[in-house]
Amino acid sequence: MFPAAFDYVAPGALDEVLGLLHEHGDDAKVLAGGQSLIPLLKLRFAAPVIVIDIGRVDGLEGISRENGHVRIGARTRHRDVESATDLRGTLDVLLDAAPLISDPLIRNMGTVGGSVCHADPAGDWGAVMLAVGAEFVVKSAGGKRVLPAAGFFQGPFTTGLNSDEVMTEIRIPVGGGRSGGTYLKLERKIGDFASVAAAVHVVLGDDGRIAKAGIGLCAVGAQSIKATVAEAALAGQEPSDEVIAAASRLAAEAAEPKADIRGSAEYKRDVARVFVQRGLRTAVNRAQGAAA
Amino acid sequence: MNITFEINGAEKSVDVEPRTLVVDLIRTKLGMTGTHIGCDTSNCGACTVLLDGRPVKSCTLLAPMLEGRKVTTVEGLASGGKLDAIQVGFHEEHGLQCGFCTPGMMLVGKALIEANPHPTEDEIRWGISGNICRCTGYMNIVKAIQHAAAANAAENTAGVA
Repeated sequence: MFPAAFDYVAPGALDEVLGLLHEHGDDAKVLAGGQSLIPLLKLRFAAPVIVIDIGRVDGLEGISRENGHVRIGARTRHRDVESATDLRGTLDVLLDAAPLISDPLIRNMGTVGGSVCHADPAGDWGAVMLAVGAEFVVKSAGGKRVLPAAGFFQGPFTTGLNSDEVMTEIRIPVGGGRSGGTYLKLERKIGDFASVAAAVHVVLGDDGRIAKAGIGLCAVGAQSIKATVAEAALAGQEPSDEVIAAASRLAAEAAEPKADIRGSAEYKRDVARVFVQRGLRTAVNRAQGAAA
Repeated sequence: MNITFEINGAEKSVDVEPRTLVVDLIRTKLGMTGTHIGCDTSNCGACTVLLDGRPVKSCTLLAPMLEGRKVTTVEGLASGGKLDAIQVGFHEEHGLQCGFCTPGMMLVGKALIEANPHPTEDEIRWGISGNICRCTGYMNIVKAIQHAAAANAAENTAGVA
């Protein structure tokens, strides 16, 4: 397999990228790590006129802490999240999800921002970003927008990103209490896409109650799903087993799974419930053991 | 378009169509057939090469992405007629049967023990989880990588003494 012909450019500056996107719009595709785009090109599901490789633009990689946020450059590789062990205790869910994405070789090339923008409903980062309440910084020749993860994922491979925009960074709010999280994923074999996965992130207040809970579901709908009703039911509550069990039932109701070779809709919905229940318990235990 | 990169220590400058996949560039244009095409869908790892020292799947890379970078293929492992420790490991532990996955397994193994000189069995199995072998059941591949790690460690100790 090989892709249909395209023009290729690898600008050294973000302004050039934005100018090209403004000029070419839907005829252009942005290439970061290529681990989603290149398979699409090979299968000829995508046949852009021009591929804009952002691999030579400075400042798009790296993980740092700034003003109550963790900032992840959009071109940061999965493996660099995997090895960012200082996120443990702050954003456990990122560290638990990263090593479950595909395999080590793909994680060496694939990027967080690329995966988020690709918006595969079975992509792992979408659910994680919904759980932690991430914001996406996107730029175009006309300026900058900051898009919340909630609402960004609009359907299979469909996002709130306009055709002249490129994602430059991901901001995740941190602080405000002790936090814990985790990511649980069911796959048929190691390195597979999720049959079902759940991302959970919890912040506990000084009184030990749940100040904030985030729940993202993966591969159980047309896009990554934020279980908002379950999140709201947890806010302000004691993290008891009963509260967690009730919230996990609400989260499962937010899932919209379809039966396929990986399992029936009922099975997937129940796996989502079990994962959210286990995930919340782990997240709360970790938060209770964490420093404020 | 013209691209310039380093492969197995030698600088190459070649004309390619932008849509050329790295595995095809290496096999067809450069005539190095040690890098294999297995699944062609980024699942199997037969096409593994090292890109600036990290293992990647060359069926899922476009040739222009190599500009200015360093590629190592299985042909670059031995130097001056002397096998690399990872090759000796696969030879001594019989870490192959049909050999199709072997170039990729050796490159992943080499990168693994360079990053982590004393890997546990779990770390080795996790490290090769993107490379599929349909013959061996992986037992001897794991042993081969352990053999290479031990040989490197012994050589380093000897060097210090």
